Amino acid sequence: MSSEATHHSAPLSAEVFARFDREVAKYPADQKQSAVMACLSIAQQEQGYVSAESERAIAKLLDMAPMAVHEVTTFYNMYNQHPVGKFKINVCTNLPCQLRNGQGALMHLAQKLGIEVGGTTADGVFTLQPGECMGACADAPVLLVNDRTMCSYMSNDKLDQLVDGLRAAKE
Amino acid sequence: MNVEQVLSQFQTTAEETCFHDRHLGPQILAGLNGKNWSLQDYVARGGYQALRKILGQDGSAPNPETGVAGMTQDQVIATVKESGLRGRGGAGFPTGLKWSFMPRQFPGQKYLVCNSDEGEPGTCKDREILQHNPHIVIEGMAIAAYAMGISVGYNYIHGEIFQSYERFEAALEEARAAGFLGNNIMGSTFSFQLHAAHGFGAYICGEETALLESLEGKKGQPRFKPPFPASFGLYGKPTTINNTETFAAVPWIIRNGGQAYLECGKPNNGGTKIFSVSGDVERPGNYEIPMGTPFSKLLELAGGVRKGRTLKAVIPGGSSSPVLPADVIMQCTMDYDSIAKAGSMLGSGAVIVLDDSRCMVKSLQRLSYFYMHESCGQCTPCREGTGWLWRMVDRIERGEGRPSDLALLDNVAENIMGRTICALGDAAAMPVRGMIKHFRHEFEHHITQKTCMVPAYV
Repeated sequence: MSSEATHHSAPLSAEVFARFDREVAKYPADQKQSAVMACLSIAQQEQGYVSAESERAIAKLLDMAPMAVHEVTTFYNMYNQHPVGKFKINVCTNLPCQLRNGQGALMHLAQKLGIEVGGTTADGVFTLQPGECMGACADAPVLLVNDRTMCSYMSNDKLDQLVDGLRAAKE
Repeated sequence: MNVEQVLSQFQTTAEETCFHDRHLGPQILAGLNGKNWSLQDYVARGGYQALRKILGQDGSAPNPETGVAGMTQDQVIATVKESGLRGRGGAGFPTGLKWSFMPRQFPGQKYLVCNSDEGEPGTCKDREILQHNPHIVIEGMAIAAYAMGISVGYNYIHGEIFQSYERFEAALEEARAAGFLGNNIMGSTFSFQLHAAHGFGAYICGEETALLESLEGKKGQPRFKPPFPASFGLYGKPTTINNTETFAAVPWIIRNGGQAYLECGKPNNGGTKIFSVSGDVERPGNYEIPMGTPFSKLLELAGGVRKGRTLKAVIPGGSSSPVLPADVIMQCTMDYDSIAKAGSMLGSGAVIVLDDSRCMVKSLQRLSYFYMHESCGQCTPCREGTGWLWRMVDRIERGEGRPSDLALLDNVAENIMGRTICALGDAAAMPVRGMIKHFRHEFEHHITQKTCMVPAYV
């Protein structure tokens, strides 16, 4: 992505900071750092990825070094370190899913969207990624949309419906 | 339609995987239908009766010896010991014994942690417990907290099952509002605060000390042991960690007694267990059955092997457990001891079924990639070894293997095992050794013939 160097995210909203406070309240007053996982995922939910600006804002809130926050962002697979499409789709391809066409589902989506696995459509609507075990093996093929919504039993017909439905969806 | 409406069309109803009538004597998944997860429904099923019982709030007469109603901490732990309950997360450690390790008299803060970071390939039971019966976990945790004198707990939930995390948070709100969590629960002196946290895509955080690191807001890299969490856990304080299903088993044990639970299973393997059956069966799903049920019965409950195919092999306890060929697994019963005797592990109870169309080299290739991907990078034998394993299995699969590769694979696997801080190294090595032990001829065929013995990987 050539645009990342020039990409600047807007400041996180007041609503996001209110959600941060609810996460911080779960932990002892001297252990605010525990909320970093949740704060990063909330920031990602609002802005689509975790920007350096978001990391700095979270670091300040939680009394952490910005690098300590960045270590967390880069260690866990689901944080987006760069902007992604409006809908990020992760298809599980681990063995139990592979036995029930998980890999085939990933390839079908790549073909349908006309992109390589790992890529984003030219219109910026879809990003397609492989995923590791999501803990829903009996529902295979399974995929996650924007980290938070799991879709089950994704036959090729349903994959087409999903893509067409999301493209046509109203705000 | 808006985005939410579009996505709602693809949500599972769990009819096939959870709300079927093919459980045998279920305790945790009994009577669920997807709509009755809330506190009111749970109470109607007898929920929170066990918590009432230990706190002496169930109307039963005071103990004639102590003059006090309810159960003492020692009585709760003794009951759990008697039940034969063993950790459902994979290690199978006796739960009551683990609880007795907690230094109850420790003057500072102690913590209780639930490990819901369910990411062992093949395992999908904790998701359904949290989604459809969250209060059973809350009640189990409250009982454990009481028994060990703990006032604060966290449930760390796999990031990929975010909907179950949100469901659990909703259940926590209900339990607080009803006085089953918080200060002075049901008017007693017992107080317990419970919160939910989530991961965000790191298999390693299922390892308990990596989970603690993650809960402290750090990279999830496992800690050296000892010290064990019972003495140095969350924030350096004494901490007990159990799996979701383990906590979910506790209310039944308290209501019905340890002996009754033990009798549901077999000696040393008490109770029921939820088996997640995936792969080449007609009806993949979760099946709660008594410990010691024959594998053949479990396979039958899951609808048998895919139509037109025969059983080739089973990975009986999650992807890190060594594979067992059909003739071996068909002689096993589903409990810790029987599977261990056959040379594998019951693990998390994740049963991955492979039929006769499956190439074992290709199957191992995918698993080896997973362990390489998820190695946290802390220990050299695992960081380098998992990559080495994958590269060798991958080249064998692609027909580029060398005759010396099988011995080398075994050698690398052997050099990982026991030489790392946590069990991920072992978890990567065991499937390799298991596959080569039982299906050596398939690997040899790939190397010598440059092609697959089983071309129909469908």
